[in-house]
Amino acid sequence: MNKIYFFAQIRELLGIESLELMVEQMSIAQLLEQLSLRGDKWAFALKEKTVLCAVNHALVDYHHIIQHGDEIAFFPPVTGG
Amino acid sequence: MNIIEVNQSYIDINSLITWLYELPQDGAVVTFIGKVRSLENQVISLTLEHYPQMTEKVLRNIIHQARDRWSINRVALVHRVGKINVNESIVFVGVSSAHRSDAFAATEFIMDVLKNEAPFWKKEQTGNGENWVEAKQSDVNALKKWY
Repeated sequence: MNKIYFFAQIRELLGIESLELMVEQMSIAQLLEQLSLRGDKWAFALKEKTVLCAVNHALVDYHHIIQHGDEIAFFPPVTGG
Repeated sequence: MNIIEVNQSYIDINSLITWLYELPQDGAVVTFIGKVRSLENQVISLTLEHYPQMTEKVLRNIIHQARDRWSINRVALVHRVGKINVNESIVFVGVSSAHRSDAFAATEFIMDVLKNEAPFWKKEQTGNGENWVEAKQSDVNALKKWY
């Protein structure tokens, strides 16, 4: 299983903080595509090209292949400091 | 030595500066404080969200990169999360070193990378409701001078 977290605007638009799915061996791009099929709000929240992805707490690009047990997170560009 | 903290309480700036000041071999302490600003009283407060499992790892890595580039001794990096009112501190960066040029450069580097890579998100509360703060191109540009 893989735990998937959402933060900031994306979390608010989806109305959930996290979910668990079996998505190993999928690329991040494929996962985004699959999540977007869950409905309009999913497609809307994840449509931006600026959506960032972290796997196991490190930023990755959309070609990254998900492994068993990886923790995945989607979030908008960061605005701390 | 590093102090890295992410928490909801006020940043105790005086005790951080006291700690940065302690080493006799250091001739320089440089600090940066980022605070909540409000133009024409529009912003009342900010709420800072973060990705706890990732944040400390990223902050630790930023300091590690700074130590690879410059000869620096003590580094303090403290970031608040949760609700922060206008004119309160959001972030504190302090660096001590033998000479000022290393401490100045490392402090600026740490802030520039933090602004682009540390997983924090700001939401503004204003008189007309609340909105998420957009990332700025100027922060992306600031990072380019280091790589």
